[in-house]
Amino acid sequence: MTDIGTPIDWAPGFIANTTPKIVSGRFEFEDSFTIERAMATGAYNGLKAALAKTPAAVHDEVRGATVLGRGGAGFPAGVKWGFMPPDKWPRYLVVNGDESEPGTYKDRLLMERDPHQLIEGCLIACYATGLSQCFLYVRGEMPLAHERIAVALNDAYEARLVGKNILGSNFSVDIVLHWGAGAYVVGEETALIESLEGNRGMPRLKPPFFPAAVGLYGQPTIVNNIETLANLPWILSNGAQAYAEIGSESSPGTRLVAVSGHVKRPGVYEIVNGLTTFRDLIYGDQYCKGIRDDNELKAFVPGGGSAPWFTPEQLDVPFEGREASAEGSMLGSGAVIVMDETTDIPTAALSLTKFYAHESCGKCVPCREGGTWLEKILTRVVKGQGSPRDLELLLEVGATICPGDFPHASSSRLGLEAQPFPYKMTTICFVGPSAFAPIHSALTLFPEEFEAKLTRRDTIPLMSMPVADATGTDESVGAVS
Amino acid sequence: MTDLASASEVNETGVNITINGVRVVAPKGELVIDAAERNGVYIPRFCYHPRMEPVGMCRQCLVEVDTGRGPGLQPSCMLTVSDDMTVDTESETTKRAQEGMLEFLLVNHPLDCPVCDKGGECPLQDQTLAFGPGESRFVEEKRHYEKPIPISDLVYLDRERCILCDRCTRFAKDIAGDPLIHFMHRGNETQVLTFPDDPFNSYFSGNTVQICPVGALTARPYRFRARPWDLAEVESTCTTCSVGCRVAVQSSRNELLRYEGVDIESVNHGWLCDKGRFGFESVNSDQRLAGPYLRDVNNSDQLVGTNAALEAAATAIGAGRGGGGVGVIGGARLNNESAYAWSKLARTVIGTDNIDAQLADGLSAQMVLSLPRATIADATSADNVVVIGTDLKEELPVLFLRLKGAAQSGRIKLTELSLLVTGLSKHASASHRYVPGELAHAVGELLASNPQLASGSTVVVIGRPSAADFPDEVEAAVGVLTAGLPLATFLPALRRGNVMGALDMGLSPGVLPGRVSLDEGRDWFGSVWSSLPGEVGLDTAGMLEAAAAGRLDTLVLLGADPLADVPDRDLVERAFAGVGSIVAIDNFVTESVKRANVVLASTAFAEVGGTTTNLEGRVSRLGQMITPPGTARADWMIAAELAWRLGGDLELESLAQIWSEIEAVAPSHAGCTLEVVEAEGAIEGVVVPIPKSPDLAGAPSGPASIRWSAPALAEPPSVDGYSLRLVARRKLYDAATNTQMAPSLANLAEQAQLMVHPGELRRLGVESGTRVNVTSSRTTVVLSLVGDAAMPRGLAVMGLRQPGLAASELIDLRAAITELRIESR
Ligand SMILES: Cc1cc2nc3c(=O)[nH]c(=O)nc-3n(C[C@H](O)[C@H](O)[C@H](O)COP(=O)(O)O)c2cc1C
Ligand code: SF4
Ligand code: SF4
Ligand code: SF4
Ligand code: FES
Repeated sequence: MTDIGTPIDWAPGFIANTTPKIVSGRFEFEDSFTIERAMATGAYNGLKAALAKTPAAVHDEVRGATVLGRGGAGFPAGVKWGFMPPDKWPRYLVVNGDESEPGTYKDRLLMERDPHQLIEGCLIACYATGLSQCFLYVRGEMPLAHERIAVALNDAYEARLVGKNILGSNFSVDIVLHWGAGAYVVGEETALIESLEGNRGMPRLKPPFFPAAVGLYGQPTIVNNIETLANLPWILSNGAQAYAEIGSESSPGTRLVAVSGHVKRPGVYEIVNGLTTFRDLIYGDQYCKGIRDDNELKAFVPGGGSAPWFTPEQLDVPFEGREASAEGSMLGSGAVIVMDETTDIPTAALSLTKFYAHESCGKCVPCREGGTWLEKILTRVVKGQGSPRDLELLLEVGATICPGDFPHASSSRLGLEAQPFPYKMTTICFVGPSAFAPIHSALTLFPEEFEAKLTRRDTIPLMSMPVADATGTDESVGAVS
Repeated sequence: MTDLASASEVNETGVNITINGVRVVAPKGELVIDAAERNGVYIPRFCYHPRMEPVGMCRQCLVEVDTGRGPGLQPSCMLTVSDDMTVDTESETTKRAQEGMLEFLLVNHPLDCPVCDKGGECPLQDQTLAFGPGESRFVEEKRHYEKPIPISDLVYLDRERCILCDRCTRFAKDIAGDPLIHFMHRGNETQVLTFPDDPFNSYFSGNTVQICPVGALTARPYRFRARPWDLAEVESTCTTCSVGCRVAVQSSRNELLRYEGVDIESVNHGWLCDKGRFGFESVNSDQRLAGPYLRDVNNSDQLVGTNAALEAAATAIGAGRGGGGVGVIGGARLNNESAYAWSKLARTVIGTDNIDAQLADGLSAQMVLSLPRATIADATSADNVVVIGTDLKEELPVLFLRLKGAAQSGRIKLTELSLLVTGLSKHASASHRYVPGELAHAVGELLASNPQLASGSTVVVIGRPSAADFPDEVEAAVGVLTAGLPLATFLPALRRGNVMGALDMGLSPGVLPGRVSLDEGRDWFGSVWSSLPGEVGLDTAGMLEAAAAGRLDTLVLLGADPLADVPDRDLVERAFAGVGSIVAIDNFVTESVKRANVVLASTAFAEVGGTTTNLEGRVSRLGQMITPPGTARADWMIAAELAWRLGGDLELESLAQIWSEIEAVAPSHAGCTLEVVEAEGAIEGVVVPIPKSPDLAGAPSGPASIRWSAPALAEPPSVDGYSLRLVARRKLYDAATNTQMAPSLANLAEQAQLMVHPGELRRLGVESGTRVNVTSSRTTVVLSLVGDAAMPRGLAVMGLRQPGLAASELIDLRAAITELRIESR
């Protein structure tokens, strides 16, 4: 028997001891990424359970578990797999490890701390959908993740867990590790496919390029997030039923949430899907333990940098997609950015907008031109050189990127009703709207902070005007005040 | 009843959609942007181009579309019509999006319209006026780049004006297959660029200038030459090669300034090659021959009046007619009407059948005229297309584009058989090499190992693989093809502008106008022409040999430069030395014209109208845009004048009247009246022969069409292990007069060099680039020897006519192949 070693309390995060551990179970071991530790703690049992069933039965199991995609859109994986045309071969699995959404760093932990769980998840997905080749696309700025996955893959190949005739069955899959070149937009699935093909990382248009129909090399392709796949070993080992019993009916299981910003203990936490609220997460003792210095919470981004903002009024919203939408935002990529009372809201918005403007791939006009224009106007405002007209202009330029009503949270302070998610857009992908989202939230929920920054110059009469009155006497009115 | 039937037909192939409240039917698969335009609703656009895959990048074509799930903005260039779709191009939302996109496009646009070549014909200007906001709200500093930068010898790029529509880059990559311009950097700093040291050297670069929706790409030959509203325009057909691309010829103040491709479905889809596009410079050249001159015994030139020159020409021809004979070489530069006039002049007045539009570098006229002809449409839709011999990219560039496109889309299965790797090789399903002199055997093997060629429709595109080989091998190969593929149709890859029109008009020995032979047409033409020569005359090779042997008194060079073009320089030299006198009719004083005794100036492209015929047999209109220089005249007028001075009368008075006569006497042109050629919609031209309508089937027809039978299969020439076999191939840019007289193109021609496989270099023990002695049966020359792994072993490859040295120096026209010995010096 292998000595399974001592569990450690290892930063960042994951301390929530009372939450079931579906994907972070192995995190507590310092050597969690090694094949020895993985094998000693039940790795590849899910794969064995899967291989004992027919692919269709595995697919049904995953469909039954309702594994919501963890990449951002929250679409059930089992349903997505079913979109591939039944008779077109070859087909591919592409694993999206390009995690770069501001505030998001949970996939990174999954890749660095438990690569075997990920590999096992990929194998289960390939078996269920009859795929023979898997591409693992890892963000370029994550060398440790890359290194550990590479080592894990080599070990797994050697142990006949990947490759030809896996575990002696007639199921064979190759997993190809690919390193990204550093572009946020490549996290978007069609841009990821372009990048994998060796082209510039620019999104394709849907229609017609829905990956399940026309994906990598024009073939049917499933793109799944790292965390989505990391759920599969547990589900196959413990059954869809056990999975569905955790969390809420519409959002079963758990999910990883990365918290950053002004909390006492930032980190990645595995929370219960559908039930845990933002208040639990930010203030709960097993999670972030409250705001730093016991300051007041001012606002938080609930689902990665591109999500519209929430304020303390939305703290009791649970991690449930439809509820978050109704409240005017989204759960997105599982990242919460917390801002306390000391935060300068326009500057915070600018730092996010800058990111998205910089990360525009340049393919479509509204994002390429509009994003940078927004950044220029907001920079002017933040520097104290803006005028009231600039605030209108921010919203007008934004309306060309996202026509119609833009989602936002309610605010009893301002007497605002929530405008539910989602929005309409003129861009190809969500990068363009994401440049506008922080501005819209900040300006809608904290207008006074922008007004305070405006220069007053244009409201001051700059010269005195002579006015002739009926008596013919001249009189100067007005003065520089 | 019929109404009902047609309505259900529509339902099967079309869908019902509503555009701005009007219900219309659109064919399944049609893009919304096209469906709207077809119904009179223009949706603004920048990136969409009907001949390229849509990319949906500029977002200008967003319109509100409802497919049952509520209205939403959708790019109409990416969306195909679907049943019960509602499209609103005028809604408030649509209008705001359109204004918004234009505002975005203009925020960083330099707005230097007053100094921009595109000003006045600029889609950005026009659509801003029609769909844009009135004013800008952008007060920040705009993006700046160095402007403009040359991205090739022909094209300049101004990145400040570029709106990143991906048209040029898409064209270069997808259509031309020359991915040399790319998007670089990202987001707001995205720009189009070439890689360093890798300029946009594409044969098709001018198309990007034409399709750029702003003035970001400009062509050197046109920059700052005119404003669009000062240009006069006429439509015409490019005669630089025999593809016959449709072109708009534009001029200002009697000077040609620009050609733009015109989109016709059957030929060029709007594209032109750069040689055709920028060739107008040679028409404008100040080196043009503007009037006649005579050269006396002391070799000094003497300018004379037109009458004196015509008189001198008639005297020279008359002397030959009465004595040792006259030969006429050339005619492929002429329009159909002039070709007919010269055919008639030679046969009826001069009384000779020694006439040949090809310069011993083409294919047998009898074969070309008798093979069942394919169209380009056939060649881009047949199940199998077999390309034999030539590198179409170098010789017939836009035909190359069409075949490449068809092969890439999977519409056709392309098989290639050639001496060397060609531009098409990488797009072919199979590309085979063969050894010079063994074409017919290689074709036999190809057919034997590809039985699928015999099933389904097959089009064969065949040309002359190398001017260094005896043309008989192509005829033998065609014999094998017609025997093995009895249903195949053929597209002869002859290169010169109107060579097909010239052959149709009888500019070939033994061939009379209308694709009939001299013997079979004797009765028919005897009744319309005053007389006919008694026997079949000599082709170009035969005339030159006769002249060299002192058996020909007078040579007429009809826009021909045999010294440069006939693949046997030595023979031409001997012919010129042995002939009594030479009469040349040309646009320029070429090397051969320099040797003529009487020189007459003739018109060039766009200086005369009439018709031309492309390699499909498609007759289309030429446009006259400018007047010729000096006293240069149309070739048919020169023919008529000479006839008169020789005591005859061609009875030809005008282009229109000549065409009526052609239609009446040339059996292949029956029914192709001027009305048909000029009819509305005849922009596509008319392929002759026009199939006879069934009710005319019984009407008396003219003589039988020309016949040809394949020569017997010759034994392949034996191999001499110590020598290399010469391949003399054509490059698009060479030392040809029309290229050299166009300043923008002249420098694009590579210098002459001999290319071999690197293994041959090792065998000789020399470095690539060394100058070596090259010896053939004709002569020894000095050339630089270059190693290139793409060259098959055992071959030595050179351009037929590159600056520096022409391969014709080395070639013996009557040898089956040309063997070379290479020695270091
Ligand atoms: C701009 C943009 C960036 C994205 N970045 C990521 C990312 O970093 N990781 C990820 O898994 N999904 C990302 N997505 C979502 C993917 O497009 C895709 O929906 C997801 O990978 C599907 O996996 P899932 O169904 O398992 O969630 C991004 C989407 C957009 C529009
Ligand atoms: S929205 Fe931005 S990132 Fe997305 S395709 Fe358009 S330019 Fe590229
Ligand atoms: S140079 Fe012209 S054609 Fe090319 S991307 Fe820019 S605007 Fe479009
Ligand atoms: S392909 Fe031939 S006809 Fe077409 S533009 Fe070029 S030279 Fe002219
Ligand atoms: S024309 Fe449709 S997006 Fe550009």
